[in-house]
Amino acid sequence: MAVLPPNVSQQQFDTAIDRLKSVVGDEWVFTSDADIHAYRDHFSYIKDEPNELIPCAAVGPDSVEQVQAIVRIANEFQIPLYSISTGKNFAYGGPSPNVRGSLTVDLKRMDRVLEVDDKRNFALVEPGVSYIDLYNYIQERGLKVWIDTPDPGWGSPIGNALDHGIGYTLGPYRDHFSAHCGMEVVLPDGEILRTGMGAMPASDSWQEYKHGFGPDPAGLFGQGNFGIVTKMGFRLMPQPEHWRNGLITVPRRRDFIPMVDTVNYLTDLGMIGEPWYSGGLQALMNNTEFAEAANNFNEEEMDRQALAAGLPSWRVELQFYGSEGTTLANWEYAKELMARNIPGVQFTDGESLPVPLTDEQIQKSSTPYESSMRRNITQGRPGLGIWYMTGRTDFNPNAWNETHIGLFSLVGRSGEAVFKAQRDFADISKRLDMPGFFPNSLAGPVNWYQNSFLMGNGFGAAKGNSPQQKKDATILLRRLLEENAKLGYGDYRAPPILQDDVADQYSFNNNILRRFNEKLKNAIDPNGIISPGRAGIWPEAYADLRGSHRED
Amino acid sequence: MGLTLLATTYTAYAQDSAAVARGKAKFDHSCAPCHGKGAGDDGRESLPGTYSLKIKYGETLPAALEDRTDLTSEVISVFVRMGAWSMPPFRKTELSDAEIDDIAAYFAVSSRAGN
Ligand SMILES: Cc1cc2nc3c(=O)[nH]c(=O)nc-3n(C[C@H](O)[C@H](O)[C@H](O)COP(=O)(O)OP(=O)(O)OC[C@H]3O[C@@H](n4cnc5c(N)ncnc54)[C@H](O)[C@@H]3O)c2cc1C
Ligand code: HEC
Repeated sequence: MAVLPPNVSQQQFDTAIDRLKSVVGDEWVFTSDADIHAYRDHFSYIKDEPNELIPCAAVGPDSVEQVQAIVRIANEFQIPLYSISTGKNFAYGGPSPNVRGSLTVDLKRMDRVLEVDDKRNFALVEPGVSYIDLYNYIQERGLKVWIDTPDPGWGSPIGNALDHGIGYTLGPYRDHFSAHCGMEVVLPDGEILRTGMGAMPASDSWQEYKHGFGPDPAGLFGQGNFGIVTKMGFRLMPQPEHWRNGLITVPRRRDFIPMVDTVNYLTDLGMIGEPWYSGGLQALMNNTEFAEAANNFNEEEMDRQALAAGLPSWRVELQFYGSEGTTLANWEYAKELMARNIPGVQFTDGESLPVPLTDEQIQKSSTPYESSMRRNITQGRPGLGIWYMTGRTDFNPNAWNETHIGLFSLVGRSGEAVFKAQRDFADISKRLDMPGFFPNSLAGPVNWYQNSFLMGNGFGAAKGNSPQQKKDATILLRRLLEENAKLGYGDYRAPPILQDDVADQYSFNNNILRRFNEKLKNAIDPNGIISPGRAGIWPEAYADLRGSHRED
Repeated sequence: MGLTLLATTYTAYAQDSAAVARGKAKFDHSCAPCHGKGAGDDGRESLPGTYSLKIKYGETLPAALEDRTDLTSEVISVFVRMGAWSMPPFRKTELSDAEIDDIAAYFAVSSRAGN
């Protein structure tokens, strides 16, 4: 299984390994198959194939100085590096690199919480600090700030933000990369850069003003390959005193349009947390007449049947953070606006609870109405309950969803845009003969990012876990990305095997964005050693590997 | 002679209980979010590791790792280093071999006390 970095001889490699050991200590350089196994993607689409994305070795530094030394060695021996923070990027490649034979820089040992301030509301952390760690740190000290956690809590603020991950509380905190404030980066030549006010040595505002002066290069390090991030600041939400939720339902399909407009209004005034949209008619799918109407986007017939069954066409669950009084006032205002805009709209009061919620209150997330909201993450409580999605179920005791892959496309933040996307996705999946779980006319958006909708597509492309089925699925997903792009649907994130394909979607002016990034890449990283290929950015040194996964 | 024996036993016991305490702390931090007992953190019937093992073993073995008497350090190592079904493998930077020993020491106690 042992693999070497591209174009590096065994002898050079052995020398490099010795040098790495002298930097971090023998114990923290991993070269055996057994140790490297944990750096493979457990959910890989190309597991055990000759092109599986396996590193040549892994190294676990404990300090910024060690990271600098590793980068210098990599330059000297021309070994591509791939850095991970907590390495839990499952559904997007796990800890595996873009280039087979890369040296994985595992930053887990750098796990210090450097500062949490609950008056100025920020944290400064190292890459190995997980959401669970940061949460525990805050709880142990009784600090009055929240974190905004992605569903699996074992990932890290830094790793997650650097892949543009998302969470579930108030808008500005849900977009984890945007909520960062100030970073420290080891550049491809081993120098240390600090962004924002970090560039001014005596500044007290590193975690409070991220732009500094002049162009802010921070964006280059998110889904980029311009350096290894060793510290990052994050804005934190102050712990609210109260939380409340409520359900809004509308009778007709087209009511979704004013529903979204109204929610957007409340969202952008900062009055609500993440709204959870869902279709209300899934239960009618057992009825063949309804199923036919839904599959054919026969809106009149869908409305007629919804009315006859007494079911709402759409639901949105709202949540409010603040005091008992302000959350009530905002909920009343939401009702007033909706009633003004949508005849027949109905409301169900949810719960009104002082923060922090008890475990029991969090676990009873379906009171007083059936709710799809995962209440733990709306409270910034990190955990791993979501892992149920990947494994055995009562229905399928042998289920292991090895092909869980998170393809989500950007869709305009309006009811009209969602309706158009539903038809477009239905059309594409018919043309590509993709298996689908649900009729597209019932699929709703997620509003993870405050200012945009994402809609899942591509789930269920794999008909099973066999190598051939995975290969077929990968080919299908590539075509799906191509077709989506023609209609303007771009993806926000992808595993390494699909990153070239997603980068292709962003093709304005002959892919100037990628050409620009690659010009920078070649200038800043002449040996191309930092995560070559990540986000489709290929330095000259490895340019022949662009798209190499397409030859599967 | 007797005193020496007593002292040795005492030291072994002290080391043991330190290992158990470390093992419990590591388990709570790194394993319990999937393998804990009781309801799931999101209100589901149970946490995903516990749930999965209940389906895997039915009545033949306890679903909660803390109730298992068969999980020696060697056995745990195989599962956590190789990965087990939907549980991905753990790297040495996040879970050392010594910490696996500690977790085994904890299970040896928790599986006795728990029932
Ligand atoms: C069931 C399920 C549910 C999920 N739910 C969510 C969710 O709600 N929200 C969400 O955002 N994601 C979700 N994910 C995806 C993923 O699990 C998380 O985003 C996870 O937090 C990413 O792993 P990590 O934080 O350990 O990052 P890492 O794996 O450490 O990093 C991710 C990538 O960023 C880059 N990187 C990391 N650290 C550095 C560094 N220091 N310097 C330079 N580059 C670096 C690397 O390319 C790395 O591969 C889900 C996945 C599954 C399977
Ligand atoms: C992300 C969730 C998750 C985490 C965290 C996790 N596990 Fe697991 N683990 C699972 C799942 C799911 C299974 C069940 C596999 C199955 O059903 O075959 C499992 C299986 C196991 C098994 C195999 C038991 C058997 O008899 O099949 C062992 C041992 C184990 N885990 C130990 C640990 C230890 C020790 C830790 C902490 C260091 C840990 N796990 C952390 C999810 C997790």
